[in-house]
Amino acid sequence: MNMRKKEKFLNVAVTIFAFIAAVMFVMPTLLTIANSFMTSTEISANYGAMLENMTEDKKTYISENINLKFIPDKVTFDQYKNVLLKNPDYLLKFWNSIALTVPITVFQMALAILTSYGFSRYPNKFKSIIFFAYIILMIMPYQVTLVPNFLVAEKFNILDTRWAIILPGIFSPFSVFLLSKVMKRIPISYVEAAKLDGASELQILTKIHMPLCKGAIVSIAMLVFIDYWNMVEQPLVLMKDSAMHPLSVFLSQINTGDIGLAFAVGTVYMVPTILMFLYGEDYLLEGITYSGGIKG
Amino acid sequence: MKKRKDQCGRRGEKIFSNICVMPSLIGVLIFFLIPFGIVIYYSVINNPIMHDFVGIENYKRLIETVAFKKAATNTATFSLISVPLAVILSLWLAVLLERDIPGKSFVRTLFLSPLMVPTASVVLVWQVLFHTNGTLNQIIEIFGGNSVDWMKSAHGQTIIIVMFLWKNMGYNMILFMSALAAIPRDIIEVAKLEGASGWYQFVHIKLRYLSPTILFVLILSLINSFKIFREVYLLTGDYPYDKMYMLQHFMNNTFNSLDYQKLSAAAVLFSLIMIVIIAILLAIENHFGKDVE
Repeated sequence: MNMRKKEKFLNVAVTIFAFIAAVMFVMPTLLTIANSFMTSTEISANYGAMLENMTEDKKTYISENINLKFIPDKVTFDQYKNVLLKNPDYLLKFWNSIALTVPITVFQMALAILTSYGFSRYPNKFKSIIFFAYIILMIMPYQVTLVPNFLVAEKFNILDTRWAIILPGIFSPFSVFLLSKVMKRIPISYVEAAKLDGASELQILTKIHMPLCKGAIVSIAMLVFIDYWNMVEQPLVLMKDSAMHPLSVFLSQINTGDIGLAFAVGTVYMVPTILMFLYGEDYLLEGITYSGGIKG
Repeated sequence: MKKRKDQCGRRGEKIFSNICVMPSLIGVLIFFLIPFGIVIYYSVINNPIMHDFVGIENYKRLIETVAFKKAATNTATFSLISVPLAVILSLWLAVLLERDIPGKSFVRTLFLSPLMVPTASVVLVWQVLFHTNGTLNQIIEIFGGNSVDWMKSAHGQTIIIVMFLWKNMGYNMILFMSALAAIPRDIIEVAKLEGASGWYQFVHIKLRYLSPTILFVLILSLINSFKIFREVYLLTGDYPYDKMYMLQHFMNNTFNSLDYQKLSAAAVLFSLIMIVIIAILLAIENHFGKDVE
């Protein structure tokens, strides 16, 4: 009896704790969205002190402190009007983000499906050496591949074009690593059965591996997309023309400048990833379920 | 007759599976491995015009650079603290959420949300939180503490760790939760019947089954610990305060000052360390992998 009471108490405690922690996790996101509905005056009143510190020029602000505000005094869509209608610059950068991220995600995934299939069937010494090289490559921070990327871009004359970012992005081994691990777990009996029915290798790939890995493919694609949607380093190094930079790089520059717009731009930038999340959350939850270990 | 045909088919299949790997391998060779060979070459010559072999001269020069030492120390400290922390905390959360609590899937979604939110979108909120006159300091002052200049003091690392955990714990937790759910129930039931305590069950049964996932999460966290540079960069720019000056800053800045020799030496050194770490992890996997499967 006492034991049951203790259990019950623990359950309540864990519930309360989990909810508080979860709310803290979602808070920065909610704050960004909530603040995007404030008027410019309200934002500079609340965050002016931060601006002053950051940009040197003397602006008038009301409070010494920076007040993190959750609920706007007056809800307005002014910032959105500014972002979406009056400043074509932001839309252009948004388009730049799409033009870089979508091709990378699509082609990297297509390549990863093919490559992972190759890695998961008939493993041999040669393949495992390559796979080890892929793991090492995957872990390297971008700065390590910075010089290689730069050299290749220079050689192929694609420096300062989107290709300088897209091409290395397509061959980035992260998705191959994850997907290979999932494909290696497909029971060989499925493949044998398909072969008895006369399926070719290509059919095994499209009729067995791809449907079975659908969840993994969707969730890995989401991880890849979000990774490149966030890119910062590549454009800074490989594209001198800042008009071609994606919004992810540009946001850091507005943050210091027009703070009123920054929250709204930040929110607009979240929209694609949040939509994707709503669509694919279940895949994300079950997608890479059985992928333990390193070699898979 | 039939047998020979089968063998023939099998060979064709093997060739097909090799061909599947080729496009990716060729791309990786062109975009990463061959240029990396050039980087290794760059790290042992004096400059790209003269091409004189200088041995480990560049490496010596690199190690003597104050900025490099600082950056390497910061990155190493950060990774050594944050990666294990990310693994342990998310495992702990996953175990906590094994309980039947109401609204579990909602809580899970909230924990996962930072993964989906672009870095640049929320960076402003971090600035507001960690500014000298920002929210965190105001809270500290309410409770009678002294405010801290988060971004310009030794606490800079704390900020990076907080941002890192915020971003990555949710997904790690999901991976652990699904691994926990995959542990055969009967083993746990037997342990319970035999009177094993919760802690005993965790250490002797669950941890064993979780070990591949722990390794996997460890690798993912390691990768992500290098990616946190984006947050730091967006928050502070090229030259942050000492404690936030990461290896990536150093490499970016070295790149911008066109000192390719030093940068190449740093890249090679970094890769060597990574290869050693991965080799150790693989050895651990081979050691533990056997008794689970």
